[in-house]
Amino acid sequence: MKKLKLYGRGIIPGRVQGEAIVTSQPISFFGGFDPEKGTIIERGHELKGMNVTGKILIFPRGKGSTVGSYVIYSMKKKGTAPAAIINIETEPIIAAGCVIANIPLIDKLNENPIKVIKTGDWVEVFADEGIIEVKREE
Amino acid sequence: MFLNKDEERMLQGEYGIIVQKSMKILVTLGDVFGAERMAKVKSVHVNGISYKNIGDPALEFLEEWADNGAKTRVHTTINPSGMDMERWREFGISEAFANKQIRIINAFKRMKTCKSLSCTPYLIGNKPQLNDHIAWAESSAVAFANSILGAKTNREGGPAALASAITGRTSMFGYHLDENRNPSHEIYINEPVNGVLEHSTLGYHVGKKLGHCIPFFKNLKKPNIDELKALSAGLAASGSVALYHIYNVTPEEKKFRDKSYERIDIRKRDLTETLAELSVEEGNEHICIGCPHCSMREIAEIARRVAGKKVKCELWVFTSSIICKEAKLKGYFDIIEQAGGKMISDTCMVVSPMRAMGVRGVITNSCKAAHYIPNTCEIPVTLKNVDNCIKVALGK
Repeated sequence: MKKLKLYGRGIIPGRVQGEAIVTSQPISFFGGFDPEKGTIIERGHELKGMNVTGKILIFPRGKGSTVGSYVIYSMKKKGTAPAAIINIETEPIIAAGCVIANIPLIDKLNENPIKVIKTGDWVEVFADEGIIEVKREE
Repeated sequence: MFLNKDEERMLQGEYGIIVQKSMKILVTLGDVFGAERMAKVKSVHVNGISYKNIGDPALEFLEEWADNGAKTRVHTTINPSGMDMERWREFGISEAFANKQIRIINAFKRMKTCKSLSCTPYLIGNKPQLNDHIAWAESSAVAFANSILGAKTNREGGPAALASAITGRTSMFGYHLDENRNPSHEIYINEPVNGVLEHSTLGYHVGKKLGHCIPFFKNLKKPNIDELKALSAGLAASGSVALYHIYNVTPEEKKFRDKSYERIDIRKRDLTETLAELSVEEGNEHICIGCPHCSMREIAEIARRVAGKKVKCELWVFTSSIICKEAKLKGYFDIIEQAGGKMISDTCMVVSPMRAMGVRGVITNSCKAAHYIPNTCEIPVTLKNVDNCIKVALGK
């Protein structure tokens, strides 16, 4: 078991853990997600068809319409939202969405999370302290 | 981030859960962008109103907030919806769509927003003054308010703008701070730019070429309000531009006269090329004017041109219900409708379900519309100035 601890900026507090799902591409929640299922549906996206429900969703930043914030909220209410979001550097769509949906959010980690975390890793999020712990089976 | 006592109380929940959530949104954004304190806002403009754009997730959110007693505490206008709120049946809008749209508008009504729906709040009484802090969404209105009125706003999103309406606050970062309002480029106009379409194209061209920037236009003959409205919309659509300055026109430009900025020259040829890229040549026969929403002057001009004549194809004129009402009093409404045109309120060509309304090809004078309609409605767009739009409408 390999362990890794990263330090960043906790934006929305909360302690959760789950399986990582990682992409190097920005994500648009509006139009890019099926909120009923929690599945990415954006054409051409490398995570198309993948489900994010209950996972630690790791991507560079949000993009697209500000309506995306409402979609994050809707997914939380339907039980299809990710457990936490980790960005390289977040922006208003994701930040506002995570506030209204109460989803832990961390950014600006001391290492690039997209490079050091792999889809399938187990991630513990301590957003109050801005810390994440990554565990990988070897 | 520093909060005063009242703001602290809002954040602690003393004014209820909605005010608390709203304050949390603003404090979070303030923390993300390094704001040191909050500013009181004089007015708010909220976007994300059309059911076509926002769908069920936002509908549910807005109803929940209205149910929980959300109320605006400053003058708040809202963007166009997906349909004319009175005449929607005339335009092929389905009952199902209308019901959802009415629920959205009712939620906003319960939150005490202005009843007139428009992307040009500054034409209907939401007109902030120089140096006022405001929280506006709707990209074209943001560019107009920052640049022409000299008010201060970031490009807000729907939820953040709503949070500002409910708390009367915004976080001080970005365009609220004077140091972030300096020009990035000097845009030198080498050949005269005239009329709404040319200003729209100029804005679109500069936004597309430079992206996110703060242009300082020089040698641009003083544009009228309609031309400034079009310039703002063009810049915002292609380049996410939130602020620009014009020599001898805008209120902050004197501060920047003595400094030099990277210079871009604009010639007629640049605008012709940009226009050609955005516009398809043939096959369209549905005239739409009013992106952004028409002013009274634009409506008067259309009425003058079609008075006593009959249009040979559809002519739709989009505006706010306040201006539409005034156009009725002035007789323009009847002139346009008797000529066979339609005056449509509370919605626009970009946020209504145009394809479902039977539209298959649009002729307009707005580069913003030509930018969005092919993607959001899968409808081709031809660009012509308003004179030529009316000529096509009259079959000339």
